[in-house]
Amino acid sequence: MARRLDPKGQSLYARFLRYLSEGDDRLDREVMHAVDAPPAQPAAETVKAPELPARVPEAVVRRHTRAARIFYLVAAALMAAGISLLLILTTTDLPSFGDDGNPVNNEVVRRYLEDGMRETGSVNLVTGMILDYRAFDTLGESNVLFTAACAVMILLRAGNREERIEIEADERMENRNQDPILQTVTRLLVPLILMFGCYVILNGHLSPGGGFSGGAVLGAAMILYLNAFGSGSAGRFMTLAVHRAVTVTALSFYALSKAYSFFTGANHLPSVITPGTPGNLFSAGLIPYLNICVGLVVCFTMYAFFALFRKGDI
Amino acid sequence: MDLTNYFEIAAMILFGIGLTLLLLNRNMIKKIIGFSMTDSAIFLYLAAKGYISGRKAPIVTDGITAAEAYVNPIPSGLVLTGIVVSVAGSAVLLALTVRLYRMYHTLDLDEITDKARKGGR
Repeated sequence: MARRLDPKGQSLYARFLRYLSEGDDRLDREVMHAVDAPPAQPAAETVKAPELPARVPEAVVRRHTRAARIFYLVAAALMAAGISLLLILTTTDLPSFGDDGNPVNNEVVRRYLEDGMRETGSVNLVTGMILDYRAFDTLGESNVLFTAACAVMILLRAGNREERIEIEADERMENRNQDPILQTVTRLLVPLILMFGCYVILNGHLSPGGGFSGGAVLGAAMILYLNAFGSGSAGRFMTLAVHRAVTVTALSFYALSKAYSFFTGANHLPSVITPGTPGNLFSAGLIPYLNICVGLVVCFTMYAFFALFRKGDI
Repeated sequence: MDLTNYFEIAAMILFGIGLTLLLLNRNMIKKIIGFSMTDSAIFLYLAAKGYISGRKAPIVTDGITAAEAYVNPIPSGLVLTGIVVSVAGSAVLLALTVRLYRMYHTLDLDEITDKARKGGR
């Protein structure tokens, strides 16, 4: 079926299968070629292909597709309306909002709230929970960010020379009409935003905030800088090598520093790292350092997303 | 029948809007917007589930560690996790869309399917 509708093996699925069976970087090269090649040529070849009579006639395909589309639209509308109605009806049977006796407020919550500060040393109980009791969960989450950045990089990095030249030409055009208001405001604001981001990260165990929110603030400052001054200035300190080194170091430090759980039988209690005095900046065991790691990963990933979508490279 | 769960009802309406966009719109970007809306709806739902009226945010103040003083911290942690994963997921989806657009010069999913089936662009 797939072969008959797709005699030259141009569909994404066929390419993916070929990629799997050949196991090298052919997929990328093929996608590049397909983008670069003149559009008329493959179509002409498809018309000339000898297995054309074996294909389903065009009119039949079109009629079937239209019927399938109408069926799909009706079914999708019914399904969306049905699921929404069902969910809204279900909420009326849920335990009422803000009630102390709801089943979610069980003994786990009691334990986190009553013993959390003593056991983790973190005044912010949410931070204590996600970076101590559930630290592996957060490690997995940072890895999700890292993997997503890798995936976007694979998909969007400008691979061939023409694309790169085009992007550089765009960049030069953009730099010529830079906005003095934006640049002045950026010069004033970026240090303050960076300072605020560092404050949020470093006080993650003492006040609201933490690695994720602080990292997002830092990333926003860097994105503002990139927008105001162009990638020529931003690229001086934010290269791919810096990005890779920082994220990989942060993730490795996180993974290694939490690996002691394996040697103590997944029991954190007999650890050499003590919680310290709750409320001090240097307290809560490893939590501030893990917060810094998470913050760096989030900050660099946000910047990488923006830079990749903007100009196809970091 | 309890009609006072406003936050949950709002979350489910948002979820329904997002799901409808995801299923019925043919534009890839609008599908991704719908996807993000379902994410936000679930975060609103989880955050609403963790609230207990009259209590404070789970940050120890004045050394009070009684469980009766603070709201449920678990949904906050879950939402924190979810927001980050949703950002990462949206970024990957958008990057794939950019790739598709470069290849087929359209964002209409039906046209993309047609062109992919014909083997051309």
